[in-house]
Amino acid sequence: MTATVPDQGAWRGVAAEKADEVTSGLAALLRERSWRLLSGLLRPHRKAVTLTVSMIVVESLAALVGPWLVGLAIDNGIPPLVRSRDSTPLLVIASLFAVAVLVQALTTRLFVTMTGRVGQRVVLELRKRLFAHCLKLEVAFHEDYTSGRIISRQTSDVESISDLFEEGLDSLIAAILTLLFVGTSMLLLNWQLGLIVLAGFIPLTWLTAWFRRESEGAYRQSREAIALVIVHFVETFGGIRAVQAFRREGRNQQIFDGLGEDYAVTSRRASRLIAIYGPSITLTGNVLTGVILGYGGLLVIDGDIKVGVLATFVLYLGRFFDPLQDVSQFYNTFQSAASGLEKISGLLEQDPVVPEPADPAALPGSAIQHGRRVHFEEVEFGYRDATVLPGLELDIPAGQTVALVGETGAGKTTIARLLGRFYDPRAGRITLDDVDLRDLPDEVLRGEIIVITQENYLFGGTVGDNIRLGRPDATDEEIEAAARAIGAHDFIAALPEGYGTSVGKRGGRLSAGQRQIISFARAFLAAPSVLVLDEATSLLDIPSERLVQAALRTVLTGRTAMIIAHRLSTVAIADRVLVLDHGRIIEDGSPAELIGGTGQYAALHESWAASLA
Amino acid sequence: MGALWRLRGYLKPLRLQMIVMFGAAITSVAAEITIPLLAKGIIDGAIAHGNRRLLLPLALAAIGLGAAMALLNMVRRWIQADAVAQIEKTIRDDLYAHLQRLHASFHDAWQSGQLLSRATTDLSTIRRFAGFGLIFLITNILQFTAVIVLLVQLNWWLGLITAGVFAPVFPVCFRFEKRYKVLSRRVQDQQGDLATVIEESATGIRVLKALGRGRQAAARHDAQATEVYKTQVEKASLLGSFWALLDLIPNAVICVILVLGTVAVSKHALSLGGMVAFITLALQLVWPVEALGYIIASGQEAATAAQRVLEIFDTAPQIISAEQTVDIPPAQRRGHLEFRHVAFTYPDAAEPVLRDIDLDLQPGKTVVLTGTTGSGKTTLLALVPRLTEVSAGTVLLDGTDIRELSLPALRAAVGCAFEDATLFSASVRENVTFGAPDATEDQIEAALTAAQARFTYDLPWGLDTRIGEQGMALSGGQRQRVALARAILSRPEVLILDDPLSALDVHTEARVTKALHEILDGVTALVVAHRPSTVALADTVALLSGGVIAATGSHHDLLESCPEYVTLMLAT
Repeated sequence: MTATVPDQGAWRGVAAEKADEVTSGLAALLRERSWRLLSGLLRPHRKAVTLTVSMIVVESLAALVGPWLVGLAIDNGIPPLVRSRDSTPLLVIASLFAVAVLVQALTTRLFVTMTGRVGQRVVLELRKRLFAHCLKLEVAFHEDYTSGRIISRQTSDVESISDLFEEGLDSLIAAILTLLFVGTSMLLLNWQLGLIVLAGFIPLTWLTAWFRRESEGAYRQSREAIALVIVHFVETFGGIRAVQAFRREGRNQQIFDGLGEDYAVTSRRASRLIAIYGPSITLTGNVLTGVILGYGGLLVIDGDIKVGVLATFVLYLGRFFDPLQDVSQFYNTFQSAASGLEKISGLLEQDPVVPEPADPAALPGSAIQHGRRVHFEEVEFGYRDATVLPGLELDIPAGQTVALVGETGAGKTTIARLLGRFYDPRAGRITLDDVDLRDLPDEVLRGEIIVITQENYLFGGTVGDNIRLGRPDATDEEIEAAARAIGAHDFIAALPEGYGTSVGKRGGRLSAGQRQIISFARAFLAAPSVLVLDEATSLLDIPSERLVQAALRTVLTGRTAMIIAHRLSTVAIADRVLVLDHGRIIEDGSPAELIGGTGQYAALHESWAASLA
Repeated sequence: MGALWRLRGYLKPLRLQMIVMFGAAITSVAAEITIPLLAKGIIDGAIAHGNRRLLLPLALAAIGLGAAMALLNMVRRWIQADAVAQIEKTIRDDLYAHLQRLHASFHDAWQSGQLLSRATTDLSTIRRFAGFGLIFLITNILQFTAVIVLLVQLNWWLGLITAGVFAPVFPVCFRFEKRYKVLSRRVQDQQGDLATVIEESATGIRVLKALGRGRQAAARHDAQATEVYKTQVEKASLLGSFWALLDLIPNAVICVILVLGTVAVSKHALSLGGMVAFITLALQLVWPVEALGYIIASGQEAATAAQRVLEIFDTAPQIISAEQTVDIPPAQRRGHLEFRHVAFTYPDAAEPVLRDIDLDLQPGKTVVLTGTTGSGKTTLLALVPRLTEVSAGTVLLDGTDIRELSLPALRAAVGCAFEDATLFSASVRENVTFGAPDATEDQIEAALTAAQARFTYDLPWGLDTRIGEQGMALSGGQRQRVALARAILSRPEVLILDDPLSALDVHTEARVTKALHEILDGVTALVVAHRPSTVALADTVALLSGGVIAATGSHHDLLESCPEYVTLMLAT
């Protein structure tokens, strides 16, 4: 393996997105990966693709016929008409012309529609695959990769591929084929004139290469520049209160002006390149038309060619070089589609590290009445280099409510997330009624263990829809019962349309506390055997928290539960309290026992009690 | 169209460029039309009579005209590149400046995507029309007319037939463009809806995973994606018909010209060169007619875009400095803040949130404001720096109605930190020194220390580390602490803190509270808080309930005298 060929494994998945510099070896790897994805997507449409391509070939050939028939008519149609009033040759030529015109129109209609259909099928399939794949990837990956990237892979990158089909990949191919066919037939008609025309490609090839190189840079720069303008814009108006409160308007305007200027400069540069390139193609075509008229005229006078051939040449030349312009304009679309495909193929290649079990195990019996036993056996875990849990041994009997207490960074959230199988342990295992979490199918696991965090995310839709997320087949009565059980019914009923009230974008119409109570109702409806609350009540004000706490007593009956909270009032409902420090359990006992002792919990409790006094 | 006309002012500085561009475009069209006539001269003059001497100058003229046409196009596009970039930037700058002046409630009502699409997509649409459409609208009509006139001169009846066949192409193109735009917009909307599903699933991934609702989400996504697919296919089908038509019509015209032209030639009603010129010229009609449909449709689109942009320009800022502002002399600046009969009603609400607020904050005192969620605490705070305007009553700073102060002076006197700590994409240092550009290193350090934000020194580039949207991601608690340091550093006369410690854990909160105690000494502070631990900062606690200050007093007094306060503060 040479130095330029990167190790395949190292660049697997999305790793290449972080590469500072793309070496040629890596680029080839990425291209190959993209191609593999694309050909895989196209494979089911093989027949349609073949048919489309043949349509394009027929269309290009038909387009070739027109000018040639004009020349033929001049040379062979007019003389008999003048000489003997014989209109047969002309009529034959005209009918051929008409047939060619109809064939061209029909094939155009067909291939444009067909590429549209096949292309969009491929895009749809890609969207589905991407979405499903992102759901499979573990939370840790999502956090590291960021939701912004996940979103742009599924929106702008997919759309760039859609644009590729939409903005006429097919007609581009048709144009290039026409170019080839017309070039060949010009050489066949008269090789001298044909060579003169083809000589036009010498400067144009060079010019196109220059344009391609320059515009690639210019295009990228202008996209980067507008992205910065957009980010600054969104940031300003997202935080307009802070902007105005701290009188940042002037500085903002300065920054915006600078970013806008950068964008203007780059977009100007890109347009100037087109300003040179486009007319240069026209220039070549026009100059060659003049040359052909002069030299071809000479050939006609000398009797080497007929005047109809000259006319054919002039007509061919009219749009001969135009496809080059299409190619250059199309190039940008192609570029962004290629880079989109590169990133998408990487994301699709990313393996979930919390995979589905190959050989799923079943849980014993029903647990609705008593919950299930949770056992952390010598569990080790850490993020990158840092170890968070050096070896956790924790046995929670079925039905017990355990509270975790400790400073930020003690590993409480990590334990909650391991239990929710957002990650898998580095060593050791976590079992649910003696079954390793890794052996449970996702569907089963999610039905058994539910984690509620303070991130009380609501989806667009109604309040009822959001509760129903806990159990999609729940009836309206069951939803209302769940809301009543959790103490959410009163405020929901007071909303303008009750359970049918739309929650607004990301639940923006409701307060943080209300959103949280809804997410509790959702979890209650799901009726898991193990419930994990990670700082789930910290955003509530005290009256709402009290409401939830009362409900929690009902909810936790017959369930195993793990509660993380920094308010000790929440901890008070636990059967057992664990004090954590650097991933180790340093205190373990019932709340009453610990308060009576001299440990950390006793101290915490004392200062909390003092603040209430 | 009226909307576009109102934006004409932006073209004014570019008058000269516009004139040159028009001149270049018209001259280039003239050259383009002349070339087929030279071809006619070559065929009928030089070739028909075997005149070699005539051939060279005619060919050279064709080359010269062809080159001139291309070079004129180059000049026009070069100027155009500069001009349109300039127009777009100027409008965008103005739009941004105007938006920054608009009151916070305007921004609450408008989704940021709506504003963004005006500043990007709509401006691009206007730019394209200003640079491209406007010129071609005129030159294309000229070219069409000139070519038809020439054709009629070459052979009047053939010319009229050609014009007759081409004329309907224009409405066809126009109709197509309109239908196509409708479909494109539908695709955009559907892609927008799809993007919402994708966005929700990406940001709500933990919830989806925690509840194992991946399959439902995927079903929703796939259904939406299928909608996009259907419209896209419809679009492709429309496009196929249109392109087929664009292939069909000019070729059909040539076919007709070929038959009738040949007959005309045989009857000597048209020369051979005339027929070649006729066909070449007829082909020159394709582009102007085809483009005219596009141009008019994009003109309509630009008009809509202009209307959308003007909608923002036409919104007047509601919170502005008074015409005659009052300065509080430095000697009288003590930070005495007073609410007198203050009321506030949200624009679309029937009931006021704040009905009759009377609150007097003596200089140097700390008042903690508390109340249930939705009682209007945050709204009350926003009135002080005039992010929101009172509906009735007055807020006085050192005895002066805050509406009589200039906005910058008022906002310099009031320092804020909000629960939702907003940081900007800039270095930690720039973020902290917003309100105090002249702060020394020591002052910055003191503020960061007090806010328990010394962790910023340990960031990869220390205080020069870029944070905010595009920089290092900080946790909610870290952001709050940096924002708190910012408020402290601005050394305001009045400090407004909206639940500034909500995202901190108990231990950090205790340390910040202790530091705040020292800082708040001498500064008038209005603090919103939920937790008993933060309430400890208060000289006085004010309970906001039912739109009025229901009770004031010390924490202990209220615990004894006010049952509502007890419910609010004490967990069971």
